[in-house]
Amino acid sequence: MNNIFVICETDEGKIADVSLELLTKGRTLANKVNCKLEAVVLGHNLKGIETEIFPYGVDILHIGDDIRLAPYSTLPHAAVINGLFTEHKPQIALLGATTMGRDLGPRVSSALISGLTADCTALEIGDHEDKKAGKTYQNLLYQIRPAFGGNIVATIINPDCRPQMATVREGVMKKEIFNQTHKGEIFFIDINKYLKPEDLVVKIIERQIEKSRVNIKNAPIIISGGYGMGSKENFQLLYDFAEAIGGEVGASRAAVDAGFAPHERQVGQTGVTVRPKLYIACGISGQIQHTAGMGESSMIIAINNDKNAPINAIADFVITGDVMSIIPKMIKFYKKNSK
Amino acid sequence: MGLNIIVLAKQVPDTRNVGKDAMKEDGTVNRAALPAIFNPEDLNALEQALRLKEKYLGSTITLLTMGPPRAAEIIREGLYRGIDKGYLLTDRAFAGSDTLATSYAIACAIRKIKDYDLIIAGRQAIDGDTAQVGPQVAEKLHLPQITYAEEVFSAEKGKITVKRRLERGVETVEAPLPCVITVNGSAPECRPRASKLLMKYKHARTETERKEQPSCYDNLTSQRPYLNISEWSVNDIETDHKWLGLNGSPTKVKFIESVVFQAKESKKLSDNDNEIEDLIKELISNHTIG
Repeated sequence: MNNIFVICETDEGKIADVSLELLTKGRTLANKVNCKLEAVVLGHNLKGIETEIFPYGVDILHIGDDIRLAPYSTLPHAAVINGLFTEHKPQIALLGATTMGRDLGPRVSSALISGLTADCTALEIGDHEDKKAGKTYQNLLYQIRPAFGGNIVATIINPDCRPQMATVREGVMKKEIFNQTHKGEIFFIDINKYLKPEDLVVKIIERQIEKSRVNIKNAPIIISGGYGMGSKENFQLLYDFAEAIGGEVGASRAAVDAGFAPHERQVGQTGVTVRPKLYIACGISGQIQHTAGMGESSMIIAINNDKNAPINAIADFVITGDVMSIIPKMIKFYKKNSK
Repeated sequence: MGLNIIVLAKQVPDTRNVGKDAMKEDGTVNRAALPAIFNPEDLNALEQALRLKEKYLGSTITLLTMGPPRAAEIIREGLYRGIDKGYLLTDRAFAGSDTLATSYAIACAIRKIKDYDLIIAGRQAIDGDTAQVGPQVAEKLHLPQITYAEEVFSAEKGKITVKRRLERGVETVEAPLPCVITVNGSAPECRPRASKLLMKYKHARTETERKEQPSCYDNLTSQRPYLNISEWSVNDIETDHKWLGLNGSPTKVKFIESVVFQAKESKKLSDNDNEIEDLIKELISNHTIG
């Protein structure tokens, strides 16, 4: 009872990276508050899924394996999770900030009347004193996230309601195996206990899912463009540069909103979080929403005509000037010196 | 057959265009310095509602918003584009609401509006980016939800068919009406104001707003009842106070930090050839690239 739960999701029959990242975080948090780590997987054809989960330090795994649970649909998943949480009373529940987690999380939090914080960038354990009510709380989950367009960073707590729920985007937390030989207990969820006919009224008629996608998350070099690139056509220069030095192209939210680049390339709080060994920010001013998603890059080069751009403060190298003339030079000098 | 559609919308500070005066000296956000706008994805939601109204004759659109008195502005923006009626839910009792307390108040207001086939909202608001209120409202009303909607294909015979945008693809789902859908920013943009409607509704006001304008306008609204924007306080809807405002919010803000960039030693270069070539050589020699 009162353990930490991670709701895992599957992707092409495997546990999604974001869920493994949350299990890693969940293990650390469980050690801090001295409780068990439990995981929930709902889906179909989940045989053997535990071998992917236990190495991350999971003590108890709940598996709901039923054709009615795949592909993901709000009502059946919410019914099972609501039932499970009502019985097991987790103190903390973590979900990926994916289309699934951001659909399921608020539904569950509303049903259980518990607090949910979306898109956290850090999760910590800490105490709280409510001076007005004269109450003190120990071992609360600090849910830390940028808000207000990234102009502030807020620490949110849920003093009284349980579970304390949070969603986290893929790539924000680190994924790390706890112990390759770690084994926990498995419980199979009796789905019929929770599912009612009215949970099955929404039907998925058609699904078109692309297999692979642009994977900027694991790219060692990312060349990212911002609104300062000026146009979709100018972004081509970044693709040329990326191809020359073996990198991927990323983009800021402003560039994506302006239609210069597709959303799958967006770096930042509402996009992907990346930690490449080299990040080249071209025409990006560097709002915290963006820097929250790339600030941990090993090396940052900022190219900008504004010598006061916020991105310059976190860059290792700042090149002040016109992006459209600097990048061709970089390509030229790379080709000249690389052999 | 006509549909009764409720559009949920929010007036938000335009956090995308934060200027230098957006932060006060003490590090808090100066809301007054930010323009208040119609939340962008709520406009995508409104467009879907307007398309349904055109497709199914006899449909009506009611816009519901919760916020301070000035949020009546977005109801006027809705009227200029083709909604039929607007409700502004405004009361100090709602102050400090988190997403759960907000969705509770909105759900209570929707129950009061009563006759609806479909509730359409934007996926998320740009001041919080949480995407929680839509699903939480759906749960409070015990309705199915379809999030990340991009296109409503049809809404007839008690069923709605909607295309949803997922991380790596799309999905078409069918749900019974009534239900809640939240519309993604990738859906078609909202149409501009119609000039005829702008002329018709430019004097539409809430009661609070009417009190603030000269009495010569009084006749105008009594002769044209459609210029009256309904304003609801907490007493106009049925609520349990323990679920409202700060008290009804499970999440509390423990502290807020304004963002200060940590300065670190950065090497400044200009765009001349030698400096750039030296940088590239350095990156190659320390195996960062190549």
